[in-house]
Amino acid sequence: MAAFSYTVLIPLVPLFMFLIIGLFGMKFKPLVSGIAGTVGLGFIAILSYITAINYFFGVGKVNEVFQTIIPVNFTWLQFTETLHIDMGVMLDPISVMMLVVVTTVSFMVHIYSLGYMKGEVGFERFYAFLSLFTFSMLGLVIATNIFQMYVFWELVGVSSFLLIGFYYQKPSAVAASKKAFIVTRFADLGFLLGILIVSFYTGTFDFGLLTKTGTSIFQSAGAATFMGCSVLSWGMMLIFMGGAGKSAMFPLHIWLPDAMEGPTPVSALIHAATMVVAGVYLVARMFPVYSIQTPDVLTIISYIGGFTSLFAAVIACTQYDIKRVLAFSTLSQIGYMIMSLGVSGYGGEEGLGYMASMFHLFTHAMFKALLFLGAGSIIHAVHSNSMQDMGGLRKYLPITHITFLIACLTISGVPPLSGFFSKDEILVAAYNKNVILFWVEWAVAGLTAFYMFRLYFNVFWGKDRHYHHTPHESPLVMTLPLMILAVASVFSGFLPFHELVTSDKMGFESHMHYNIAIPSVAVGLLGIIIAFIFYKKETGIPDKISVALGGFYKTVYNKFYIDELYLFVTRKIIFGCISRPIAWFDRHVIDATMNGVAWVTNYASEKVKGIQSGQVQHYAFVFVSGAIVLVLFFVYLLN
Amino acid sequence: MIQGIPFTHILIVSTIMFFIGVAGFITRKNLITMLMSTELILNSVCINFVVFNRYLYPINLQGHFFTMIIVAIAAAEASVAIALIINIYRRFSSIEVSDVSEMKN
Repeated sequence: MAAFSYTVLIPLVPLFMFLIIGLFGMKFKPLVSGIAGTVGLGFIAILSYITAINYFFGVGKVNEVFQTIIPVNFTWLQFTETLHIDMGVMLDPISVMMLVVVTTVSFMVHIYSLGYMKGEVGFERFYAFLSLFTFSMLGLVIATNIFQMYVFWELVGVSSFLLIGFYYQKPSAVAASKKAFIVTRFADLGFLLGILIVSFYTGTFDFGLLTKTGTSIFQSAGAATFMGCSVLSWGMMLIFMGGAGKSAMFPLHIWLPDAMEGPTPVSALIHAATMVVAGVYLVARMFPVYSIQTPDVLTIISYIGGFTSLFAAVIACTQYDIKRVLAFSTLSQIGYMIMSLGVSGYGGEEGLGYMASMFHLFTHAMFKALLFLGAGSIIHAVHSNSMQDMGGLRKYLPITHITFLIACLTISGVPPLSGFFSKDEILVAAYNKNVILFWVEWAVAGLTAFYMFRLYFNVFWGKDRHYHHTPHESPLVMTLPLMILAVASVFSGFLPFHELVTSDKMGFESHMHYNIAIPSVAVGLLGIIIAFIFYKKETGIPDKISVALGGFYKTVYNKFYIDELYLFVTRKIIFGCISRPIAWFDRHVIDATMNGVAWVTNYASEKVKGIQSGQVQHYAFVFVSGAIVLVLFFVYLLN
Repeated sequence: MIQGIPFTHILIVSTIMFFIGVAGFITRKNLITMLMSTELILNSVCINFVVFNRYLYPINLQGHFFTMIIVAIAAAEASVAIALIINIYRRFSSIEVSDVSEMKN
């Protein structure tokens, strides 16, 4: 369809900006690079909105079903007649929705960074990397086939690595970027294996063929089994492993809190709103396969999501670094989305979880970006990440205060803000499928409200503190994105997602479920009230509770020692028991053989060089004697 | 044919000359005398050329002309060699061959 062929510009403009800023950024004034990047992003944001409006309210819907439109597609690598890797643009409800999310948040972050990163060394490098990231993320969401997605998946990982390590002179940032890269790379190994397994049995990478319902391409995989599970289940599980790495699901979540070492706008863009939901997007993209072919894997996914959301919410209650609280909150909310996909069925009202997950992805992107940008504004004013250094900031930062409060209310699920609607749908979906998960998520909703308002009261209320210099409100380039995102957080809940983004691409009727909504709002309000009592004024209650909990509090504060466990496994077991003997073998057997050959050659030549005396007459004598010997040999012995 | 002188006698002379040259080249330490020894070797070869030409193919003249060429080349070679020897003398203040062993080992 030629109508949408302009969508190819959406990823290409950031790529172009990346090349221009990256190659020639040093020649401009820093601000020129920043503004160039921002204008480019604004342009593609508008293009995405046009695409979304055209698609959702124009030509996208045919006979009550949203069509999958592929305006651009070309073969990139051809292996066999049927197996080839394409590059192209695919528009369907979730990819169009993601285009809007990515370009909106990226645009806001670009504007915000003009103020936040002002005067930093490497300003233009920052904008070059932001453009690279935006390009990769857009390429990921519009992928027409799983291999294109994988290519951009890796590019996203690289840009995340570059941006986390932006302050490359800070050892902790370098360590965090390496950790993020290695952990996600490890997960991507699973993803690649999964792709290979699935494509081996189906003979295609194409999403259109893979996700078609009633298709017969999975028949050959159905019979094959490995360790009690069908091969297809293994393949899909491995693909989910890639998604879990990117989305920081337990137990691959360890990189995300450390990734907060990057600049705060990066955390807002990559580690809250866009890249970390790539795993959710992947599962949603492959959802028909999960739902119809491998429902057992989907059940595992739902438990992983549910567990992660609870686990991260508990840790978030104990952290003091405001960005880490937000990072664990992100983990928890992504757990919600994954869980929601896990409990969803395919088609119609059964697909409520799928819709709710996408809905929450959308609203979460808005309010979590807002929270991070607000946190950036606070850090900008106070020059500290720790909430122990903050308090009573509401007087100094009025705009940040109001927008942050809106975001906190939204994430806590207070009606009629957007978080309420999406979270309610998720809880309904969980209730329909699995009551245990429903209660877990219900408790997490309360915990979420508690830790968000713990953060809010600690930062903006509490005791007045004396600051070295009075904190002042951020400039307009930083507060404007906050205000825009606040408006989006308030109103995005009214978008009719149940008509637009559904598992079978057909709309369905969605109702309020008061029996679910009332308890979930109640638990949210309860969390807020407890936080109010604990932290509104400085009281001794939280300290007393943490002392009373003793060892448990310490365990939670140290994130259940998962990082230490990983260090133990990698350092002691993998490095100590596997790598060290291999290194020994390498040095003492393989290298030693090569060194021995070199030594023998060297020694021999050292000995032989004595023959070369430099006396011409010696050479002549040897030559003549040799000639005589040869003559004697040929004349007397051969006859 | 040269009357009264057998073929082999001349060859014996040239062989003796050749080995005198070789022995001189190997044993004499002075570069000039070594050069003279190489001239002996060349001249013994010249004798062989002329003799074989004369005794085996008296009608042809290739052997004679080869000898002429060798004599001419020997003259050129002697001048080059002497130029080298002068340079060596400038550098080492000696024309003893045993002193010129910079390139050893």
